[in-house]
Amino acid sequence: MSLVFAGIMSHGPGMTARAERADPAVREPFYVALDRLREELERSRPDALIVIAAEHFANFFMNNMPAYAIGMADEYEGPIEDPEWLRIERRSIPGSAELSRRIIGKVMEKVDVAYAEEWKFDHGIMVPLNFLTPRFDLPVIPANINCQGPPLTPLSRAYEFGRAIRAACDAAPERIALMGTGGISHWPATPNSGKINVAWDREFLRRWSANDRAALTSYSDAETLRDAGQGGFEIRTLTAVAGACEGSAGEVLFCEPIPIFATSGFAAVMNLNAEAKGAA
Amino acid sequence: MTLYRLQKLLYELNRDPRVQEAFLNDRECLLAEYRLSDDEAEAIRSDDVGKLYILGVNGQILMHFAAWRGLAWDEYIQAMKEALAKHGQVKAGIYAAVEGGEGGAI
Repeated sequence: MSLVFAGIMSHGPGMTARAERADPAVREPFYVALDRLREELERSRPDALIVIAAEHFANFFMNNMPAYAIGMADEYEGPIEDPEWLRIERRSIPGSAELSRRIIGKVMEKVDVAYAEEWKFDHGIMVPLNFLTPRFDLPVIPANINCQGPPLTPLSRAYEFGRAIRAACDAAPERIALMGTGGISHWPATPNSGKINVAWDREFLRRWSANDRAALTSYSDAETLRDAGQGGFEIRTLTAVAGACEGSAGEVLFCEPIPIFATSGFAAVMNLNAEAKGAA
Repeated sequence: MTLYRLQKLLYELNRDPRVQEAFLNDRECLLAEYRLSDDEAEAIRSDDVGKLYILGVNGQILMHFAAWRGLAWDEYIQAMKEALAKHGQVKAGIYAAVEGGEGGAI
């Protein structure tokens, strides 16, 4: 059937682990925006949800780090973190090995991707699912872009990964939804955790909403590290979603800094029928 | 090279209850397997999360080790701030502090 929904959101563990410490005046409208994202996802009646995440050494380590990986199992488990720490109960999450296999086969025509028949979800997937599919009943296909252990895949390749995922969705009869999750600017797990470059976040989301490929892929890693912190490397996941929606424009539902969540809380959705204005 | 092995030890500890058990039962025996530098081994021996941060352990690995060793979120951030003041900037990796480690949300 093709892609029926595409969105992006933040995934900081603080969103569940330290929720009560966020300023309610910002937290509550953020959760309202996430509700809206969930409603739009539900309205698209998806058969499966691909989540492009930037995991944090839950499954992949520097001994054998794939730039791109996609899960291929009928069942996953998460969170890998202490459930009491993340405040999300450990559970099984349905997948579809058969659909994964078809998606991976198509993606491989364009991008070399590792497959994984085992995958433990960390907060990068569990936090978004907690808000978007709170019953954890929609089959999920996890995808990962290494954003933690340099050398990192170039942004232009992340965009191409998204395009390859789109081609794979277009070739499948199922209705497929897509989410990208990651921080924008942030310095997580450092003494500066909570530092956020709001102007940089808004400019990134402007480029994302316009689906301006040239502008989205123009950040050098040195610039990203300087302006958006090492957490900013996770823009690869958001850029891939833009790639999957090349030619479409998006809408930012929310973006405000929430320091105790370590990032801006943000949510944005692509309007798959609207043409991009800023794209080259 | 030893930083790689240090991070591998913490990665295994974060995910494998058997390695956690080995850590709790005979830390020296586990340390011998990973052939760490003296500084790294001492930081593991003394649960010195701040020092591990300075030695260059990726924050996404260290964060969960800190929680497992009983540090609450604010204590973990504070341990990094104190280590930064004591030992100076992070020696390797991409998790270096900026602006002297000032600010942030505690």
